[in-house]
Amino acid sequence: MKITFVLNGQEMQIDAPPDRKVVDLLREDLGLTGTKEGCGAGECGACTILVDGESRLSCLMLAVQLEGRRIKTIEGLSDAENGALHPVQEAFIEYGAVQCGFCTPGMVLSAVHLLEKNPHPTRDKIRQGLGGNLCRCTGYVKIVDAVEAAARKVERDIPKPVKDGAL
Amino acid sequence: MSFKREILEVGYSVPRFDARAKVTGEEKYAIDHYPENLVWAGVKRGGIAHGLIKGIDASAAEALPGVLAVLTRKDVPGTNRQGIVHKDQPVLAGEKVRHRGDPVTLVLAENREILREALRLIHVDIEPLPAVFNPEEALKLEAPQVHEKGNILLRANVQSGRGGEALDECDVVVEETFEVPFQEHAFIETENGVAWQEPDGKIVMIVSSQAPFRDRFEIGHALGIDSGSIRVISPYLGGGFGGKDGATVQCLLALAAQHAGGRPVKMWWEREESFVAGYKRHGVRMAYKMGAMADGALNALHCRLYYDTGAYAHLGGEVMALGMEHAGGPYRIPNTLIEGWCVYTNNPISGAMRGFGVCQVSFAFERMMDLLAARLGMDPLELRIRNALRRGDKNCAGVVQVHSTGIVQCLETMRRHPLWLERESWKLAASSFKRRGVGIAAVFNAMGYGRGLPDSAIAKVELTQEGKFRVYSGVSDMGQGNASAFFQMAGEILCQDASRMELVQPDTERTHPSGSSSAGRTTYTYGNALIKACEALKEKLLHRAALLLMADEERGMALLPGEVHHLPSGRKVALEVLGRVFPESDRISISQFIMPVTQDKLDTGKEFALGFPHAFFSYAAHLAYVEVDELTGKVDVKDYLAVTEGGRVINPQCFEQQVHGGVAQGIGYALTEQVILERGEIMNPCFTNYILPTALDVPDITSLAVETVEHTGPFGMKGIGEVGFNAPLPAIAGAIEDATGIRLTQAPLSADRVLKFQGESDNAAER
Repeated sequence: MKITFVLNGQEMQIDAPPDRKVVDLLREDLGLTGTKEGCGAGECGACTILVDGESRLSCLMLAVQLEGRRIKTIEGLSDAENGALHPVQEAFIEYGAVQCGFCTPGMVLSAVHLLEKNPHPTRDKIRQGLGGNLCRCTGYVKIVDAVEAAARKVERDIPKPVKDGAL
Repeated sequence: MSFKREILEVGYSVPRFDARAKVTGEEKYAIDHYPENLVWAGVKRGGIAHGLIKGIDASAAEALPGVLAVLTRKDVPGTNRQGIVHKDQPVLAGEKVRHRGDPVTLVLAENREILREALRLIHVDIEPLPAVFNPEEALKLEAPQVHEKGNILLRANVQSGRGGEALDECDVVVEETFEVPFQEHAFIETENGVAWQEPDGKIVMIVSSQAPFRDRFEIGHALGIDSGSIRVISPYLGGGFGGKDGATVQCLLALAAQHAGGRPVKMWWEREESFVAGYKRHGVRMAYKMGAMADGALNALHCRLYYDTGAYAHLGGEVMALGMEHAGGPYRIPNTLIEGWCVYTNNPISGAMRGFGVCQVSFAFERMMDLLAARLGMDPLELRIRNALRRGDKNCAGVVQVHSTGIVQCLETMRRHPLWLERESWKLAASSFKRRGVGIAAVFNAMGYGRGLPDSAIAKVELTQEGKFRVYSGVSDMGQGNASAFFQMAGEILCQDASRMELVQPDTERTHPSGSSSAGRTTYTYGNALIKACEALKEKLLHRAALLLMADEERGMALLPGEVHHLPSGRKVALEVLGRVFPESDRISISQFIMPVTQDKLDTGKEFALGFPHAFFSYAAHLAYVEVDELTGKVDVKDYLAVTEGGRVINPQCFEQQVHGGVAQGIGYALTEQVILERGEIMNPCFTNYILPTALDVPDITSLAVETVEHTGPFGMKGIGEVGFNAPLPAIAGAIEDATGIRLTQAPLSADRVLKFQGESDNAAER
């Protein structure tokens, strides 16, 4: 069937079986292999994508569910114009949150979603927010460090209103 | 990022060079390859723990449109036997299955849906045989025989001094039996690869593998093809931990490629298949007796170890050998008798995993230290420091420690740390229905293959025509960051920043054999070869540049960022120019390194064909703060200290990564992880009920490095990837006993076990 959706900022129409798993559609049909699959059953979080800004597991979604949605995968996270990385990606690099890196795209997108919902999370809140993403390498400590640092950076980078209310 | 322009130097934190491509999703793992015109391959497994194959009905599968081939044992040329040391594992089982995951038919299909359907349609008729699922049962005369040669893979003793007899003269003897379960590696990228056959017959394979060079020989032996006509490419792995050391999909995939008419074939084990067919950590039962003199000096150890290697050998004998070598802990024990049985059963296959036989015995010997301390009325940390190995001492296998030996420094560092000093006040602050305890563990882990199997690497480094330095890595990076360490080491010697460096991942046609990514040897062995190669290349380039710069003599030449200078004259030449002017042979250097082995002549362990004994060890002392919920039995690790000695630190951030990761996996091993087996069937083959630690289960971990110098190591380092795994289980078990008085001798230390024993002790108190 024909499915129309926005993928990483670009509107697209594809012809796919309605029951095609979104993770397979992204990886195999569209070549967006940054989205990983670790379990195929919604248990590990490696296949996390953003659907209308909410983190979702692409291994549990079918192609038909993409209709009319805005989808963001890890490939679409950095700035489309200048290629600048998202602050969460920057922090993952700087704080050593990446080892084998296979959970990383899903972890990064979960962290992005978390910070959008809660720009000032405590370490406990970060741990809760990432509780659905398994990582077998890092022990999570540096991932939590990175998300904390990204939260500080996001805060710095957002222009704050001055006293008279103007930007 | 601004720091990227800085010259790479060893000894400080540099963000990993692979991190950027991984956070953007650009990095291509083996699983990310979907070549055009792809064929999917998969395996039908017997599903019976032990039985004779009476027939295979594949007619319905063969008739299914889109099925390209259905292959069985008779289609396998060669020996049909794979295995790293012992070749006892069939590529496709023909007559007999020995565990539920044994592969029986191999199917090639146009896509995954057809493949799944075809596998479902195949019927394998298996006549069940009596089966055995416990190593001690398997040792009995009347036990079902898993292999024709019997159920014992390896029976060995390690003995020193007067052996176990010396227990009689000890003032205090403690005795206990411990049991640890099978553990799953649970890398997030499951076993997979893609392969094709080229017109000249060569098989090319891109595979998630820790040992690409050895893979060629395993495939060649199993399928009867010249290993020289197999090319294996090993990109970054999505985790390995030992489970991708040795053929997983490789032989099956090569066989499939031979039947795909030149089309690329992909095999990707789904998570459940990874559980059923993948390798596991050995379950072990350990009966310990340990004795000390009244002053706390350890005097004797006698233990019996039963390793369950499952249906096939993999590295079972070598895993047990390493466990036996470590069975006495990082201590001076003058008299030891360590008896080991590595036994076949009809359970899943045990093999290599981080902590390789050692984490099991670490549970036993460290709990024995706590028991001894209690009996002696000594502080458990004091008892450990008193007996800890120093250079010049003999370890429990009788090997004199001549290299860096930093366990005392680790323990002393712990003794000064606030988490140790403030432990009593922390325990007193427990809230209602919570009990708090603190446990410690001192552990060690050998580095390298050990005597009998040269632990070698061949490094190649090239100045490219574009003026960049390219390192050809022959050893996989499964996530531990060795590739990044190679950059840092090469950059240090060649005086370049990261923008001048490139790295080629292992490829049997482009890089040189450098052994497996395993055994804490990856960075040590390849790093040593790389240092030699970089120094030789630097010298060669300085010589050649001197000619170009019209220098009368070679003194005063310096390799600097992007250029070579002749300092006396101030003349310089860019690396790009050198790259263009000189032919390839002037711009390449290749060097080899072999890890030294211990020179002790030992009168024990002769049963080990290879891999015994070892010369180098890394050490660690860990401390765990644990809270036990009286109502649910749930154990929470609230704080954690890991002090590690691994020689000099190349990159503090990467060092911490390894420690954190090892501790987290160790916490899983301690509290929740267990492959639950019922008559050889895995009852929890998914992450819903095989419980891995999440971000909520691992506390902030303090990692401290005690830096000694390992004089044989590259920049003084030793491998520390494994040692951190060994301590959490004993430290947490000790903390639970400290909190509740409950001594759990069986891992994992799960909530139900805590509750069960708590109930028993409460009942006893009421009586």
